[in-house]
Amino acid sequence: MVLRDIDLEVKEGEFLGLVGPNAGGKSTLLKIILGLLRPTSGHVTLFGKPPRTGRVKVGYCPQYTQFSRNYPITVEEVVLLGRLGRTRILGGYTRHDHEVAHLSMESTEVLSIKRENISDLSGGQLQRVLIARALACEPEVLILDEPTANIDQRVEVDIFELLKKFNQRMTIIVVSHDIGFISEYVTRVACLNRTLVCHETSELTGDSIEKLYGAHVSMIEHTH
Amino acid sequence: MEFLAAFSEQTFFRYALIAGLLASVGCGVVGTYVVVRNIGYLAGGIAHAVLGGMGIAYFLGRPPLGGAIITALLAALLIGWVSLRWKQTEDSLIGALWAVGMAVGIVFISRTPGYNADLMSYLFGNILLVSRSDLILMGVLDLLILACVGLFYKQFQAVTFDEEFARLRGVHAEIYYLLLLCLVALTVVLLIRVVGLILVIALLTLPAAIARQYYGTLLRIMGLAIIVGGLQTITGLAISYEQDLPSGATIILVSGVTFFLSTIGTKFWREMTAQHRKH
Repeated sequence: MVLRDIDLEVKEGEFLGLVGPNAGGKSTLLKIILGLLRPTSGHVTLFGKPPRTGRVKVGYCPQYTQFSRNYPITVEEVVLLGRLGRTRILGGYTRHDHEVAHLSMESTEVLSIKRENISDLSGGQLQRVLIARALACEPEVLILDEPTANIDQRVEVDIFELLKKFNQRMTIIVVSHDIGFISEYVTRVACLNRTLVCHETSELTGDSIEKLYGAHVSMIEHTH
Repeated sequence: MEFLAAFSEQTFFRYALIAGLLASVGCGVVGTYVVVRNIGYLAGGIAHAVLGGMGIAYFLGRPPLGGAIITALLAALLIGWVSLRWKQTEDSLIGALWAVGMAVGIVFISRTPGYNADLMSYLFGNILLVSRSDLILMGVLDLLILACVGLFYKQFQAVTFDEEFARLRGVHAEIYYLLLLCLVALTVVLLIRVVGLILVIALLTLPAAIARQYYGTLLRIMGLAIIVGGLQTITGLAISYEQDLPSGATIILVSGVTFFLSTIGTKFWREMTAQHRKH
């Protein structure tokens, strides 16, 4: 049993940070939310529907280790894949799909590299492309799994600034192991270590973090 | 240039060339998916299992290519199901289907009374035996493959690139995966006349693998793979005719040599330009 006693309700317009130690079940919980895994007990609803039908309104941004970077595909083609489920089944993409993809690439600032192959991108660029793909789904909720793993600190800030901007028009759930960093951006933190505890960002203390990680964590008060 | 003379004078030779070009179309398109998805082994399994169906068709006195189409599709679905259901033991199960399919074919052929010369041509191909009706069948299979890829291009790309994301977007990944394997099966049948079942896997992967070295998008790789495959079959055919060598094997050798040269050439070129940038 990896997860138990999970009770989580995400409200419209929230920016939720899902944090916890490695192997604490973060990815498993995401997979359950998205209907990729079935929980042994309990249930999940997305917009009042079961995950398999509700997830069309969710834009998902996986960790980019999920697929082969050698696959011959351009930035634009990756972003267009986000239109699946929103576009016609037979034949190519429509003019509307291209427009949405264009806007998505514009808002994550990857329009200038749209003809490049994904194997030629830096980690930060690829992450922006994956966010653009999730935006092309025209989601009401954006779910991101460790969007800043394997990229440098400066780019990390850029990406969270971008997410903050998107939060004005959609709900965001972001998974991270870096609790100290995301607490500046999110409105609520859900701490997951087999079970789930939620905190408003303002009430985070060293004590609650310690309880979560089960070991001593030093917390450094810092203001920028 | 005996080859050119043969082309203008002899019908069977013209048929052979058309067959080579028709095969290149299916090969280039489907081979590209085989290469980017790394399912060469699965394709090999499908190709070899086909002999079972051909043997049974032969034994029953039915047209072997008809038997080939049915078994190829059955083998594709069976192998696809095995690979989806038992991911961990996929390798050995496919190996078993591969060998058992061939064994069934050989047993049935040995039990068929009469002259069995055709067996060699199905195993190793004899493009010079292509008939008019074979060409029509090949053309129809090509159209079918192109139509499927044209209609479901988005889904095939999604499933072969990032299966989990495709699933989340409501694409039935398993169905498209099985459909893709069925296209592999049809391509195998397309190639049987040209190079035979045993050598199919080379023409299914080498032209696309060569094209992959030069281009970075699926459509371009497909286009170049069709051209490369066409040139390889024509060259192989010309050499086999002039030197009196078996056509299927010669085509594969040409294909293998060009792949080898292309691999070395592109690697060398990359190192040269990398050094150039440093200075």
